[in-house]
Amino acid sequence: MTESLHAEWTKLRTLASTFWLLLAAAAVTVAVSAAAAAAVRCPSGGCADDPAKISLTGIDLGQAVVAVLAVMAVSGEYGTGMIRLTLTATPRRLTVLAAKAAVLTCLVLAAGTVAVLGSLLAGGLILPGHGIGPSHGYPAISAGDGPVLRAGFGSVLYLALIAMLSLGAATAMREAAVAIGAVLGLLYVLPIIAVFAGNATLSRHLEQIAPMTAGLAIQATTGLNGLPISPWAGLGVLAAWAAGALVLGGLLLRSRDA
Amino acid sequence: MKPTRRARIHDRDDLRHHLAAWDRGGFSRQLRAEFTKFRTVRAWMIALCAAAAVFVLLSFLSAFESRAPVPALPAGPGGEAVSDTYMFVHQALAGDGTLTARINSLSGAHTPSSPSSGNGFGTSSHGEPGSRLQPGLAPWAKAGIILEPDTRQGTDYAAVMVTGSHGVQMQYNYMPDSPGLAGAVGSSSPRWLRLARVGDVITGYDSADGSRWTEIGTARLTSLPRTVQVGLFVTSPLYFAAGAGRGTPSVATASFDHISARGEFPRRSWTGDPIAGFYPTGPSASTWQQRSAGAFTISGSGDIAPLVGDIISAQWAGASIVNGTIVALLFVIVLATLFATSEYRRGLIRTTFAASPRRGRVLAAKAAIAGSLAFAAGAIATATAEVITRHVLADNGSYLFPQSEPALAQVIIGTGLFLGLAAALVVALGTMLRRSAVAVAAGIILLVLPGILGSESGNWLMRYTPTAAFAIQATLPRSSLVTSAYTPPNGYFPISPWAGLAVLAAYTAIAVGAALWLLRRRDA
Repeated sequence: MTESLHAEWTKLRTLASTFWLLLAAAAVTVAVSAAAAAAVRCPSGGCADDPAKISLTGIDLGQAVVAVLAVMAVSGEYGTGMIRLTLTATPRRLTVLAAKAAVLTCLVLAAGTVAVLGSLLAGGLILPGHGIGPSHGYPAISAGDGPVLRAGFGSVLYLALIAMLSLGAATAMREAAVAIGAVLGLLYVLPIIAVFAGNATLSRHLEQIAPMTAGLAIQATTGLNGLPISPWAGLGVLAAWAAGALVLGGLLLRSRDA
Repeated sequence: MKPTRRARIHDRDDLRHHLAAWDRGGFSRQLRAEFTKFRTVRAWMIALCAAAAVFVLLSFLSAFESRAPVPALPAGPGGEAVSDTYMFVHQALAGDGTLTARINSLSGAHTPSSPSSGNGFGTSSHGEPGSRLQPGLAPWAKAGIILEPDTRQGTDYAAVMVTGSHGVQMQYNYMPDSPGLAGAVGSSSPRWLRLARVGDVITGYDSADGSRWTEIGTARLTSLPRTVQVGLFVTSPLYFAAGAGRGTPSVATASFDHISARGEFPRRSWTGDPIAGFYPTGPSASTWQQRSAGAFTISGSGDIAPLVGDIISAQWAGASIVNGTIVALLFVIVLATLFATSEYRRGLIRTTFAASPRRGRVLAAKAAIAGSLAFAAGAIATATAEVITRHVLADNGSYLFPQSEPALAQVIIGTGLFLGLAAALVVALGTMLRRSAVAVAAGIILLVLPGILGSESGNWLMRYTPTAAFAIQATLPRSSLVTSAYTPPNGYFPISPWAGLAVLAAYTAIAVGAALWLLRRRDA
C-alpha cells in the first residue's frame, strides 16, 4: 500500500496539470465567491440572505475543476496506456484505486481549505459593505462561529467527496469526456430539472437526492427549517453517491481487462 | 477526388490547375470527410440518437409527473383565458344611460408571504385562511364602474377605474388601456368617474372635481343586449412584496359616494355579487355595505385582466421541454467534444491537416457537421416532445395556454438551433483546449451552470451567458396589465426569444474565431 501511495503521489505530482488544476480550483472558488458577495444588494437590510452561503458560492464552480482533476487522474492513464503498466506493477487493483483515492483526497482537502478560507475572508470583507454585516443584524462571518465553521469545514469535505464521486465515475467509464459529462450532468442538471419540475413534491425529492443540492445544504447557516434536507444528512447523501461510484468503479476495475 | 477520375498531370502548370480545381470543391469535400468521420463511429451515432431519445423521455416524464390540475378557466371574448374575479354591486340598465360615482379612498391589504419560501416551489402561499393581513395596495388593485352584458365570467366589458398605482384607467375586453388622471386617489384628491352607454359605444370620463370632465376613451362592445348590468366593482390581484418570488392574495377596499344614475334602471335597487372564480383571493374578500342612498364601501379580491403564467400555478408546458433540452444538451456537449478532440489523441489530426492544409476549413467543416447533426436531433426531438407533453399535461388536467403555429415553429426550430449552436461552440472549445475532460467541463460550465444560479429568478445570468438561449422556448403571453412573477420556471425569460439565441450565437462565433486563430498558430 505504501508503495502504491508513493507511486500515485509521484504520478500526480509530476503532472503539470495537477498543480494548475488545484490552483485553478482554489482561484475560481475564491473569485466567484467574491463576485457573488459583491453582487449582493441589500440596502435596507432584512433580506433573506445567508452570509456564509453567499461567501461560499464559488464552490458551485470550483467543484467542476476538482471533478476534472479527479477524472484526469484516471482517464489520463487509460488514454496513454499507462494503466497497464500500473496494474502490472500493482496487481491488486483495488489497492491502486484506494491509493489514488487517498492521494487525491489529501490534495483536494488542501486546495479546498485554501479555497474556503479565501472565500470566507472575501465574504467577510465585502458583504458588510453591501448591507449584510454585523451592523445590519447579521452574524459576522468568522471561522470560529459554530454554523459558519460547519459550513466552511463541510464545503471542504464536499469538494473531497466530489473528487471521490468523479474518481469512481472515471474508473467505471474510463473515457474522460463521458465521465466528466456524467459527473457534471449529475451535479448541475438535476437542480435545474428540480426548478422546472411542475410538481412541488417531486422537485423537493429531487433536491433531497441530487448530490449538489443535498451536499450544499451544509453551507446553510440561516433558515435551516426551509432546507430540503438537513446539512449533515445532505452531505451524507453526497457521501453515498461517492461511495456508490467508488464501489462501481472498483468492481468494474477488478472484473474488466485494462 | 474520386479514385475513378484519374487526373493526368503533364507539367507544373497542369498541376497548379488541378490543385486549384481541388481547392474549389474543397469545402463540400471537407464536409463529406467530417460527416464520414462522425458517421462511422458507431458509438457516436448511437449517442446522437440517444440524445434525441432522452430529450423526449425526460420531457414526457416531466409532464407526466406534473400535478397542477386547474378548474375550468373563463374564456375571454377572443377565446383566450382570462382572470375575471371581483366584487360587483350592480343594477340592470335598459338601453342608454350613464353612471357616475366619486371615489375618495382606495386601500389594500395582503396575506403575508411565507418566510421559508425555499426555492419558490416548495411552498404554496396561496390563500392561507386566518393569517393576518398586512397593509399594502397592489399596483393593479382596481375600483370603479363597469358595464357588461351579464354577470358571467369572461364576458365583454368596459370599465373606468382608479388603480393602486397606475392612476385612472379605462379598460375593456382585457385589452391595453387608456390612461386618465394620474396620481393616487385620496380624500384630498378624490376621483370622479363616469361611464356612459350609447348603443354599443361605451365612453369613460374622469374628473377631479365633478364639474370639469375629460373623456378618457371609448369602447365598442359588439352585439350588446338592450339590458346590461352596470355598477361598481372592486378587485385586487396577487400582491408581490419586494423581493418575493411569489404573489400573495390581497384585498382592496374603496369608498364610493355621489353615485348618480341616469337612464332606465327597472329594479331601482343595488345587488352585490362576488364574481368568484379560480383566482386566489384573500380571506373575507368580498363585502359591500351601503352607507347611504348614494354611498358604498366595497371590498374585493381578484383581477379583471388577461391570464399570464403563474397566477394559477399552472404548469408551464414548456418546462418539460426545458428539462428535455438540458439533458440532451449534456449528450451534445460530450459528443461534440469527442468529435473535436479524439483526432488529437489518435494522431489522426496530423493526417487530416496533411490532407487539407487549410486548417480553418477543417474546423469550419467540423463545427458545421456537429451543429447540423445536433440541430436535426434537437428539432426532431422537440417536435415529438411538444406533441407528447401537451397530450400528457392535458390528461393531467393542467391548463395549457393556446400556442400559435409560429410559436410552435419558434420552439422547434429554435431548440434545434440552440443545440446546433451549442455543438459548434463545444467543437471550438475542444479544438482550443484539446483535453476532452477540460473541454466537456468548459462546455457544461458555459451552457448549464449559469442556469443553476439564474433560472429560478431569471437574473442577468440568463441574459448574458449562453443559457440565454433557453429563452427561445418562451411563448407565454406577458401583459402590461398584470404584475406577476415573470420568471423562467413560470415560462418567462429575461431576454426575448431570438435575442437569447443571438447571445449564444455570439459566444459560438467568438469561440470559433478564437479556435481558428489558435489552430493556425499552434502545431497539431
